[in-house]
Amino acid sequence: MSSITAAGGPPAAGAPQGGRRGQSFDPSSLARHSPRYGERAVMVVLQGAAMLSVLVTIGIVVSLLLPALSFFREVSVGEFLFGTRWTPRFPGQESYGVVPLITGTAWTTAIALLIAVPFGLGAAIYLAEYAAPRVRKVLKPVLEVLAGVPSVVYGFFALTFVAPFVLEDLLGIEVGTFSVLSAGLVLGIMIIPTVASLSEDAMSAVPSSLRQGSLALGANKMRTTLRVVFPAAVSGIAASIVLALSRAVGETMIVALAAGTQARVVTGATQPGQTMTGFIAQTATGESTPGTLSYNTLFAVGLLLFVLTFVINMISIRLVRRFREAY
Amino acid sequence: MTTAPSGSTTPTDWTDMTSTDAPTTERPAAAAPQDASAREIDVRVDRASGRYLPEVPTPVIECTDVDIFYGQFRAVHGVSLVYGKNEITAMIGPSGCGKSTVLRSLNRMNDLITGARVTGKITYHGQDIYGSDVDPIEVRRRIGMVFQKPNPFPKSIYDNIAYGPRVTGMKVSSMDDLVEESLRGAALWDEVKDKLKQSAYGLSGGQQQRLCIARTIAVRPEVILMDEPCSSLDPIATARIEDLMEDLRKDFTIIIVTHNMQQAARVADRTAFFTAKAAEGTGDRTGQLVEYDLTSKIFSNPADRRTEDYISGRFG
Ligand SMILES: Nc1ncnc2c1ncn2[C@@H]1O[C@H](COP(=O)(O)OP(=O)(O)O)[C@@H](O)[C@H]1O
Ligand SMILES: [Mg+2]
Repeated sequence: MSSITAAGGPPAAGAPQGGRRGQSFDPSSLARHSPRYGERAVMVVLQGAAMLSVLVTIGIVVSLLLPALSFFREVSVGEFLFGTRWTPRFPGQESYGVVPLITGTAWTTAIALLIAVPFGLGAAIYLAEYAAPRVRKVLKPVLEVLAGVPSVVYGFFALTFVAPFVLEDLLGIEVGTFSVLSAGLVLGIMIIPTVASLSEDAMSAVPSSLRQGSLALGANKMRTTLRVVFPAAVSGIAASIVLALSRAVGETMIVALAAGTQARVVTGATQPGQTMTGFIAQTATGESTPGTLSYNTLFAVGLLLFVLTFVINMISIRLVRRFREAY
Repeated sequence: MTTAPSGSTTPTDWTDMTSTDAPTTERPAAAAPQDASAREIDVRVDRASGRYLPEVPTPVIECTDVDIFYGQFRAVHGVSLVYGKNEITAMIGPSGCGKSTVLRSLNRMNDLITGARVTGKITYHGQDIYGSDVDPIEVRRRIGMVFQKPNPFPKSIYDNIAYGPRVTGMKVSSMDDLVEESLRGAALWDEVKDKLKQSAYGLSGGQQQRLCIARTIAVRPEVILMDEPCSSLDPIATARIEDLMEDLRKDFTIIIVTHNMQQAARVADRTAFFTAKAAEGTGDRTGQLVEYDLTSKIFSNPADRRTEDYISGRFG
């Protein structure tokens, strides 16, 4: 907008200059020749797109906020956040302490990150720094396809393969059909491609002149990677991890299928547990009448999920600003 | 282009330099024969004037019949030349004639280019640097490199210098001293001593390039390769780097690629002129060494017609 109005300034100044040169047509005139409607139209369309996405986000927050607010009229925030019993659907003894759901989410997410960060970064370093170009050309798209596998497939995989065969038979860990361990493991596998692919992008974007500078000093490849490339790419790498983390926190199918449906405080990896998303999926598919407390519970948990993800994002942006070495 | 007057150009200075040559050099072998076979050469080009040079350089790096390929493409053919100890050797020639290619092959930086291949022999103190038991990392520790575009790390000025000694596991009694010494060596200390913890990206292009030189000398290589180190700098920054090279020559062997003939004339003891020749069958332009001699000779009385044409600006 401003660039167009600003461009309107010069013509007045340009005209007399052209006259001074005394030529028949005016090559030195800076006046605009055409009104450029097309450019203006494109700008309006783009502006509309930007506005729309902002409006939609606001709409989502509001629609989340209103039922959540009615929930908090009946249940205090303290009871909700610090209560350790989550029994919203036990007639007669309803309790709305969300801690069990938070522990469920925390366990599955932590296990997922424990898997995804080392493997994802390892894969990214390999692809960006070590793999031959031909290998990278094949592996990178494979990774991106993996990132797009529907999560219900992973959930099924966790339920029918990871829990009974990998964990129980192969590793000899006593888990039942449902556990935060098997859900977290598979969740981790699901987000490896996200970490790997985006971190690889970030590392590949580091100018090769920096690598050459390091190698020319007699640094080996590992040191060059860890002490030059990695710090330079850290903001992109952190972004990949945060995105993966957000996906893990928000992932529903895997945890709904593999973690279980018992909302209780999880104190060990082999225990079953319900996550925030797992609860929402379970309850939303059952019958709940709009306006009832049980219905509004969904939105309270949804809002909490939203706030948590938001806070995680803010914290990581701060951290990245502090540690990155911008090139 | 003007050159800034420098203390190191006073007539007495070269004697000073030759006499201090041996003690300042880590590997004293080279100094003695240089004095013995010293012979006065009339070099009438700027700073190079009045310098004693042996007829034959004391070899540090020696190329024998070197061909360099990128895949099937032969970029350079049949290069044989000797880079002399504590000398500044310039490689000049039209663009695309393989100067950078030759330079990169001297410390195995071309290993990083897929498909790059060297045949013939390149030795460092008689050791084949492409030998099967040679570690390219060891080669690069002894033969450092300064690039065309300044490429400081996105770290503080201090960390840029400390990086090399740290990652190569150099035993350093005081990193602060080493940083200061290296920055002084690169004539940058006075400009940056109060902002060592600030990002190197805040420096001007010329300062960044001197920082890259400081970073290189911090790991104490014997040879410094420079690929058009001044091509992105203004004339004043260029002059400072040229002065710096003159100082560095006492402790290091310098091999510089330059696009700028005046620069070669000003700084180099010996100059190698390269050109590219199109192959009959394929039309591939393959670089070759035309002439290698004392800079004074190359610029005043070249033996090859092509050198003369290039020097006098008739082509390239
Ligand atoms: N990384 C590379 N891959 C393939 N060919 C290259 C590469 N670098 C240089 N060449 C080719 O090698 C020849 C010499 O290039 P170069 O050494 O950069 O010349 P100069 O430094 O003299 O300008 C040119 O034909 C160039 O296209
Ligand atoms: Mg070049």
